[in-house]
Amino acid sequence: MDLDFNKEQDMLRKSVAEFLAKECPFDTVREIEDSAEGFNKKMWKKMAKLGWMEIHFPEAYGGLGDPFVEMTIIMEEMGKKAFPSPFFSTVILCGLVLLEGGSDKQKKAFLPKIAAGKKIMALAQYEKEASYLEAGIQLSAQSEGADYILNGKKMFVPNANIADEIIVAARTIQGVTLFLVDAKTPGVSIQKMQTIGKDNNCVVTFDNVNVPGDAMVGEPGAGWHILEQMAPKATVAKCAEMLGGCEESIAMTTAYAKERVQYSTPIGGFQAIQHYMADMRVAYDTSIYYLHKVVWMLDEGMDATKEVSALKAQVNEQYKFITERAVQIHGGIGTTREFNIGLFYRRAKAFEYILGDTAYHHDKLADALGM
Amino acid sequence: MDFRLTKEEELKKEAFEAFFESEMKNAPPAFGNGGLEGVYDTEEGFEFHTYMAGKLAEKGWLSMGWPKLYGGQEASIMEQVIFDEVRGYYSAPGVDAFAVDMFAPTLMAGASDEQKARLLPPIRDGKAFYCQGWSEPDAGSDLASLTTTAIREGDHYVVNGQKTWTTGAHRAEYMFLLARTDPESRRGKGLSVFHLRMDLPGVQVRPLLYMNGKHVYNEVFFNDVKIPAEDLIGVEGEGWALTRQTMNFERSGAGGFSGAKRYLEQMIDYARNTTRNGQQLSKDPNARRKMAEVFIGAEVGKSLAYKIAWMHQKGDFAGLITAASASKLFSTELAQKLANDATEIMGLYGQLEDDPDAPLGGAMSDLYQMCKGATIFAGTNEIQRNLIAWVGLGLPRLKFK
Ligand SMILES: Cc1cc2nc3c(=O)[nH]c(=O)nc-3n(C[C@H](O)[C@H](O)[C@H](O)COP(=O)(O)OP(=O)(O)OC[C@H]3O[C@@H](n4cnc5c(N)ncnc54)[C@H](O)[C@@H]3O)c2cc1C
Repeated sequence: MDLDFNKEQDMLRKSVAEFLAKECPFDTVREIEDSAEGFNKKMWKKMAKLGWMEIHFPEAYGGLGDPFVEMTIIMEEMGKKAFPSPFFSTVILCGLVLLEGGSDKQKKAFLPKIAAGKKIMALAQYEKEASYLEAGIQLSAQSEGADYILNGKKMFVPNANIADEIIVAARTIQGVTLFLVDAKTPGVSIQKMQTIGKDNNCVVTFDNVNVPGDAMVGEPGAGWHILEQMAPKATVAKCAEMLGGCEESIAMTTAYAKERVQYSTPIGGFQAIQHYMADMRVAYDTSIYYLHKVVWMLDEGMDATKEVSALKAQVNEQYKFITERAVQIHGGIGTTREFNIGLFYRRAKAFEYILGDTAYHHDKLADALGM
Repeated sequence: MDFRLTKEEELKKEAFEAFFESEMKNAPPAFGNGGLEGVYDTEEGFEFHTYMAGKLAEKGWLSMGWPKLYGGQEASIMEQVIFDEVRGYYSAPGVDAFAVDMFAPTLMAGASDEQKARLLPPIRDGKAFYCQGWSEPDAGSDLASLTTTAIREGDHYVVNGQKTWTTGAHRAEYMFLLARTDPESRRGKGLSVFHLRMDLPGVQVRPLLYMNGKHVYNEVFFNDVKIPAEDLIGVEGEGWALTRQTMNFERSGAGGFSGAKRYLEQMIDYARNTTRNGQQLSKDPNARRKMAEVFIGAEVGKSLAYKIAWMHQKGDFAGLITAASASKLFSTELAQKLANDATEIMGLYGQLEDDPDAPLGGAMSDLYQMCKGATIFAGTNEIQRNLIAWVGLGLPRLKFK
């Protein structure tokens, strides 16, 4: 057994942490959140130069072919800094969809561009009903000669407003089918939604959008399978980001509880506060080591259906719990836009929905357990 | 025992309901889901607040519990709780809690006749709006450690220092200020209460934004601000005792429970009219359990609030502090639970704020953020727990230096 990260992984963590500390302090996070684009292009280019986007892509497509655990290290560090960027939607959601389902030609065309920071991508999966299930995908793709005509509406599409390409889950007569659509295609209209995470969720409407047949990712009707193949790794990556947020929330709160004096005592000296913080620590410890195990299983190619759902359900609840207590322990200052803990409190709610809320994962887990 | 309202109370309740049902139709979009941000974030919201204050004053409802001597109606505590309950249900503005619930009782308890005659009528008439100048950067829960000074010089007091988290300071014309008149004093000694005009030279208000970006509270700086001596309320140096009395007027929580009920009704409506994965949300076992729990919370909380009113009415003060703490604690944590449960039931939609697609107009994602303010202000929930343990259970009290 070896429960440690290796040297390169420690170095990667350090370099991501240092970059973000320098480039994206919390004031910059707020600026990005408040901007219409919700995104900082300069930083994106620099990240690409540092090589973060190509790490997990196979060497054949210009990547390093490193295990997925490295992506979770990056996500964890981003989570600590509440870093807003299209990294997750582009490199993880869409990158993995292309890896799992794309043709050789598509991979050659897109993965190097993603790696170079030249393509921002968005995955359009959910619709009006907000179902996480296959049946929730109803947007119609009608074949017309060699082309397909898309009609319908997608919701909760992260970063569509800045995306060059959108991967759309649509329904053909063969079933759920994925298409790569240039965001500028006539008939595509994009509108930002106002979300608690201030995280570039969008409504994307497709009005007679003409898509060439070779823009299909995978076979007709293979879309749901590809999404299912992508989901475990992406879910674990999101959990890593959330746990980074947990760690930072606990660190910030610990520091504050030592420094804030009321009744001539650091508030961290009150046992009420100590017990809250002990519970927060337990919530974190029981999640982070499990994350390590689950990502290891995925890198080993093991089936982790149960574990991924257990992890996301656990992290959904613990991130909310930890950030809620963290705000409480900060008192008034915890409720301000100016102070940083609120960034995490809002994200805990926002991330709960990404790739399945707690109810969805409980159900999935119960299924996997044979209930 | 008889839990029925009296005939008279029943009629009052109907009158309150009819009033709010009709007047709340005038709420501008900027008032949003109400609460502190509805009232204070936008000018339109605050205008609606002042409009409602005028309407309530016409009915005499701002001063319903006041002695007739001050133009009140001497309504029973029970009647006031019914009013709070109905108003809470509609999430209606118009009662400036700082003026009506906190400063007016302070004035009645400690002000001179001249001050009562001068300051009470504008509050009663819904014309004077106040903010509460208590908390400071280094004096929150431990309010008695505050350091803002007000030093007597001739016929006025000179104020220097800073307040923070001052809700509505950017809209209110007045503040009731707690400051140290004896700079050598410590803790509760040497503090005094003042009525202060916010337009005095040297008062500076700096906005602080809430985590959702709304403008609710502020920092207030005092730089050689001169308050006329006639605006000292009560006896110089005796302000702490007066302030502690005011704290007890922070309320029973009835409005919180009825507010939760209304949101529950809206959630039930939403769940019945929303289908996901081939099933009405109202048939989803998770949603059913959550909403049943919120209902239970609102029900048992309401019983507590009514019991508080009853104790008050009977003059049975022994259990009151504990019950009021319990009610504040329970109602604010119920709001927190409601906000989380509701946004979970909504699924992906639970994250929408001011968005055309947001269920309940975004009230629940809003509440998810605003509820944290409520578990912190008016005595944090930890302080309430301390009080329940110390006063209610008689457990050993932590000694502070
Ligand atoms: C939305 C909002 C509006 C407000 N409006 C106003 C206003 O209009 N006017 C005004 O004067 N103030 C206002 N306040 C301030 C409010 O009264 C204070 O925030 C509150 O008293 C707590 O003080 P603090 O923020 O300094 O936290 P602290 O007192 O520093 O508390 C930090 C943490 O320590 C805990 N703690 C402190 N002492 C103890 C103890 N003895 N035992 C156990 N735990 C303890 C607290 O519970 C909290 O969790 C407002 C606050 C908020 C959030």
